[in-house]
Amino acid sequence: MKSGLMRAPSPMPGFGLAFGVTLAMLSIVVIIPLAALIGRGFSVGPGELWSMINSRRIWAALMLSFRAALIAALFNLIFGLLLAWILVRYDFWGRKFIDAAVDLPFALPTAVAGIALTALYAPNGFFGQFLGQFGIRIAYTEVGIWIALIFIGIPFVVRTVQPVIEELERDVEEVSATLGASRFYTLRRVILPTLVPALLTGFALALARSVGEYGSVIFIAGNIPFQTEIAPLLIFIRLEEFNYEAAAAIGIAMLVISFAMLLFINAIQIWSRRRIGLV
Amino acid sequence: MYRTIRTGTHSFAQGRFIRTTRDGRVEIDAGGRRLIGAAVGRGQTEVERPSAFVQALASLSLSRGFMWALGTIGLSASLSFGALPPAQAQAQELLNVSYDPTRELYREYNELFTQWWTAQGNPAPTLRQSHGGSGGQARAVIDGLEAGVVTLALAADIDVIGESTGKIPADWQTRLPHNSSPYTSTIVFLVRDGNPKGINDWADLIREDVQVITPNPKTSGGARWNFLAAWAWAQREFDGDEAQVRDYVAALLRNVPVLDTGARGSTNTFVQRGLGDVLLAWENEAFLALAEQGEGAFDIVVPSLSILAEPPVSIVDGNLADDAQRALATAYLEHLYSPEAQALALRHYYRAWDTSAATPEDLARFPDLELVTIDDLGGWAEVQPAFFSNGGIFDQIYEE
Repeated sequence: MKSGLMRAPSPMPGFGLAFGVTLAMLSIVVIIPLAALIGRGFSVGPGELWSMINSRRIWAALMLSFRAALIAALFNLIFGLLLAWILVRYDFWGRKFIDAAVDLPFALPTAVAGIALTALYAPNGFFGQFLGQFGIRIAYTEVGIWIALIFIGIPFVVRTVQPVIEELERDVEEVSATLGASRFYTLRRVILPTLVPALLTGFALALARSVGEYGSVIFIAGNIPFQTEIAPLLIFIRLEEFNYEAAAAIGIAMLVISFAMLLFINAIQIWSRRRIGLV
Repeated sequence: MYRTIRTGTHSFAQGRFIRTTRDGRVEIDAGGRRLIGAAVGRGQTEVERPSAFVQALASLSLSRGFMWALGTIGLSASLSFGALPPAQAQAQELLNVSYDPTRELYREYNELFTQWWTAQGNPAPTLRQSHGGSGGQARAVIDGLEAGVVTLALAADIDVIGESTGKIPADWQTRLPHNSSPYTSTIVFLVRDGNPKGINDWADLIREDVQVITPNPKTSGGARWNFLAAWAWAQREFDGDEAQVRDYVAALLRNVPVLDTGARGSTNTFVQRGLGDVLLAWENEAFLALAEQGEGAFDIVVPSLSILAEPPVSIVDGNLADDAQRALATAYLEHLYSPEAQALALRHYYRAWDTSAATPEDLARFPDLELVTIDDLGGWAEVQPAFFSNGGIFDQIYEE
């Protein structure tokens, strides 16, 4: 029965052509460059590839990149949800302005963002001076990296969650309330489950973006090996040494880890969808 | 005492004065090489007759510079006798691929050169310039950027272009005087006004209360000179005991809170962000910071020993389309040695060789200090892999 349906002519014409064009474009823009990267890395052989990745310094950089990206994405998950909620559910003076401002991190060149953040959080900067009195240092530490990654990641969460909140029916909450649920219970059992798929998507996007971020981070990170040296900088350093294979090797390591993480997030998404059966 | 001699119609050499020959010519020590030529006094623009000049060169020993000199004889002779037809009447294009801090220098030099070139009866060329980190610029040329000339921060970067593309012959550095470095610089300390931490020499940089700002030698050509200057000082201080030298440099790096990716980035960290007590900087960048921030904000401290930083230039032979473009590119680089261009370099805080056309203020700026050269450390071919390659001394210090 099912296979019979598949073979029936589609009511939407032109799938063959559209799919062909899509696949061709995707190949040119994404698949072939990534394949070239992987090909370059594997041209030296898996053993050599592993030896180029397997150094304490590269692991330290990879750990830092993924740890900072994870922390920034988690922060964005919570704060982005809050921001989206406020933008949708409350009306206040300047709402339109804040709504527009959320997109600005997308528009700003990341290097400019990095320099601006560094200027603010440096020991003599606007915030840095104040925090310095309490002995807190932000610029040139890992915390500085978190802030840069939070900055570039926040629009991803807000913009994926916002439309879903807008779609939420108020009467569902009202039903929940009339059945005697508290506000917090309603939030936990009614609203959040509906938002989970969108939140996970936003989280995954922010995470993926942060892992590979270079421009904004190198200004605010101290770039000290083993402390504040991110993996993309290490790739850049390998390129400066004209060592293309080693650069490709680190790139492949990042791709593999990112792919595993995104797969894991997708698995959670599928699991939550099955369990909740929504969206 | 530096003196300038004329070695071609528009090429000069400068160096330490050795003697005046019986017929009035001057012998100098130019970057370890002895050259003899007609003396050029301040403001004196009279061109020596080529015949006398050829005689002068005949007395030169058959050194590496001789071949270069031979080339300039050919050029000067043909120019003065008009044997060479004026270069093709059509305007030529030339791309100069350079590194970051030379942006302002070459913007002015391009005007100066165009004036001179058109005065020779050539059509005005289209000169373009490209700036970025020295290593990245070298990579761009390797990957196909059509550079006619490269003017980079390190000889090693030009070596790499030659090795991986074959577009520059291995002996490129002997084709122009002074190791093909028309201007040089050195590494000095920039400290906060009044030098509150009392930093006077390299030994002070490993004190626990001192923070040092320097870029990452992996990504910045300038930082490699910083690193090598520190190394050279320690070598002298500890009588070449490698373990102690290494300990010193490791201690110095422990005092570095930020490794920016480029020299300008480090200058910003120190000047704008207020981080650190001392900035290891190109001398020209240090002067630039003084000029832009006003004299009251910073002081320059000259260490007892530093390194002669030679940013070299070369034509990219393989990228030159025809003889006309080659003539333009060659003249473009040779004219860098002219008194006017040298004065320009001096005005942009580079140590140029020819001081004959420079203003006294530009000259008075440069203090004398003991300078080691890259050759004292073994030359780039040895230094580059030993210190800065993957797993080299710089990496080892951090891995320890």
